[in-house]
Amino acid sequence: MRRAVVTGIGVLAPGGVGREEFWSRIVDGKPAVRRITTFDPSPFRSQIAAEVDFDAAALGLTPRERRRMDRFVQFATVCADEALADSGLDLERSDRDRVGVSLGSAVGATISLEEEYVVASDHGREWQVDHRHLRPFLYQALVPSSAATELAVRYGAHGPAAVVSTGCTSGIDAIGRALQLIQDGEADVMIAGASDAPISPITVACFDAIRATTPANDDPEGASRPFDAGRQGFVLGEGAAVLVVEELEHARKRGARVYCEITGYAARANGFHMTGLRPDGVELGEAIVDALGQARLVPEDIGYISAHGSGTKQNDRHESAAYKRALGEHARRVPISSIKSVVGHSLGAIGSIEMAACALVLERGVVPPTANLITPDPECDLDYTPLVAREVEARHALSAGSGFGGFQSAMIFSVPGAAA
Amino acid sequence: MSRRRAVITGLGVVAPTGIGVSEHWERSLAGATMISRVEGSPIKLAGQVEGFREEEFVDSKLRVQTDRWTWFAMAATQLALADAAFDPARESPSDLSVVTAGGSGGNAFGQREIQALWSRGPRSVSAYQSIGWFYAASSGQLSIRHQLKGACGVLVADAAGGIDALREAARLVRRGTEGVLTGGTEAPLSPYALACQAGEETVSRESDPARAYRPFAPDANGYVPAEGGAILLVEERESALGRGAPSVYAEIAGTASTHDAHHITDAAPDPRQYARAMREAIARAGLRPDDIGVVFADGAGTPERDALEVVALTEVFGSRAVPVTVPKTMTGRLCSGGAALDLAWAALALADQVIPPTVNAGAEVGGLDLVREARTVSGLSAALVVARGSGGFNSAAVLTAV
Repeated sequence: MRRAVVTGIGVLAPGGVGREEFWSRIVDGKPAVRRITTFDPSPFRSQIAAEVDFDAAALGLTPRERRRMDRFVQFATVCADEALADSGLDLERSDRDRVGVSLGSAVGATISLEEEYVVASDHGREWQVDHRHLRPFLYQALVPSSAATELAVRYGAHGPAAVVSTGCTSGIDAIGRALQLIQDGEADVMIAGASDAPISPITVACFDAIRATTPANDDPEGASRPFDAGRQGFVLGEGAAVLVVEELEHARKRGARVYCEITGYAARANGFHMTGLRPDGVELGEAIVDALGQARLVPEDIGYISAHGSGTKQNDRHESAAYKRALGEHARRVPISSIKSVVGHSLGAIGSIEMAACALVLERGVVPPTANLITPDPECDLDYTPLVAREVEARHALSAGSGFGGFQSAMIFSVPGAAA
Repeated sequence: MSRRRAVITGLGVVAPTGIGVSEHWERSLAGATMISRVEGSPIKLAGQVEGFREEEFVDSKLRVQTDRWTWFAMAATQLALADAAFDPARESPSDLSVVTAGGSGGNAFGQREIQALWSRGPRSVSAYQSIGWFYAASSGQLSIRHQLKGACGVLVADAAGGIDALREAARLVRRGTEGVLTGGTEAPLSPYALACQAGEETVSRESDPARAYRPFAPDANGYVPAEGGAILLVEERESALGRGAPSVYAEIAGTASTHDAHHITDAAPDPRQYARAMREAIARAGLRPDDIGVVFADGAGTPERDALEVVALTEVFGSRAVPVTVPKTMTGRLCSGGAALDLAWAALALADQVIPPTVNAGAEVGGLDLVREARTVSGLSAALVVARGSGGFNSAAVLTAV
């Protein structure tokens, strides 16, 4: 079977611009959470978020692009630019019929759709909307595949392109789709990742309504506390990560620097509830076992787990149970951490951001900590790397994702040459 | 081990042409134009699913959690499973999956909740907003309702997405999944969704249903939006035959997708990527263009885009006038539901050896054998279904008779 490797990484996450600032931030374990600045959050239960400080112009987007693109598309674009530059891939000399795009997003262009609607409906007074009050390109916001188009057009990528939108597992599933397209010979290079910019009144309100986000407004930096007994919900985030995923021989032939190989990917659904999780973690456990099988690994091979670790009561228990179920005793020995403690939960994007973190962990031999983990929940009794980063020699890193719809995904990255 | 092959064994249609495959097929063969008036928008016509009673398919508790788009998906799924005589409860849940195409999601749900938030405040927002409007809502609800616990997916590629979802379904079956529900539905007729489309140059502003959506006509003036779609059950061939599936409509023989990568909204002036998608799908099916007995064309409905499609078809099929049909002329274009509905039409054509017609086509189009009335054929063994999405998505699938 054809194999796929990661040869380029671009990240835009709260607390820093670009891959290196992201890495420093998560290794320092310094939460990038604050009171929401893009609108007045006072009417809402949860008033804090992990925001990206982002100067699209400084990062190379033209005025026309900035007007046309929703914030999540802008994020994806600057990340893809960074990833491609990092990969050293010369698109001009590549067969661009064989370069595709797989971009995950949970909620697409919600900021644009809400902003435009509020204006056109006179703050929700009118149900009928006159299109003459809407800005151009709103169809591109309504149907978010436009984000894949933006990347395809930007790089002249004529291969398969689509947006993957499986809620909060989108970021893993988008890279998983890239892997499968390469395995099956449908592409040689995939620009793969995910982006979300969900910090808008309607999204804040919808998570308020189900009390999924934390109300710890007076302590923003301490608010995202995965696996801690005092956790009260997740902190909404935003951002993107894009990877250049390349067929192994294609990467070798051009002498590319290889971060890691994608050795396993599996997805399951719990068939239980759109938002609820059973505490037993059965389906996430099955996805992990399946991914291990594809990678031909045993649990003891896993040297790091990037947890979903959203900081909701139910997730962190569900997930801990899944690790024990899938990895047995090794679940207690392997370092685990949740970077959502630092960069928040950016819905579909975070899966790709966490995969980027896994690639960097394998390259650099350092596990970023789980910030704010001071008093462990007795039901979350694994090694979540509290507060301080740790050196490790990991050859294989596992990442797990769990999302609305009951979707559960697992992916394994392996250092070059470590795959069986 | 012999290669696992993916076949279509169940069709569930909820479209302007009908609810359920029988009604849909009967009306399609009669060539009925099922496009009707919408109010309050410069878009005057749309293909609407009339007579759809969501309470027949979705209980009241679930209805408040879901948008019309998901109701269509739930209804189409129920119909597809019944058509296939397939009971998911008799299978192992992890051997079953659902992969849908998404487009505008639960836009009416979203519009209502944004309205509530801005006119009445955060406490007025439904507890179901977080699960009602997003693009994964239909796949998630179907997974829960029918206990489909394998890998589930949602792909967005505008109108081409239905074929991409079919490709994922075939991939899952080849890799070991027993049954996959796939397809797509769309409900893009809320006031806000219509307003988002009204700014599109390619949308028709015509008020006569017989003149509004006429792909390949010299005076074509755009497309008519439509709601609905189809859900298809895809199974492994030997398992389907082994269990005595009542209809094995077609095999998914080959699929391919390309992107124009030309412009954010406009199609490339040179349709070579569109032609490449067709050629690759045919080659992956192990066939040659001469083996294709009918093309279910995209039929954009604007002179420029239609001309590009003719060029692409000519590039692939040469001087041979392959029969071409656009049965969407009866319904309008259903965004993510459109390709799924075309796949259902193609599956029916292969099973029944009848090509559904293109209606309201007008004058002859040079070089194109446009099927204007239902055409009975014999020996139809392969159909090519193609779809283009706004921004340059090109997808193609070859279905073959079993």
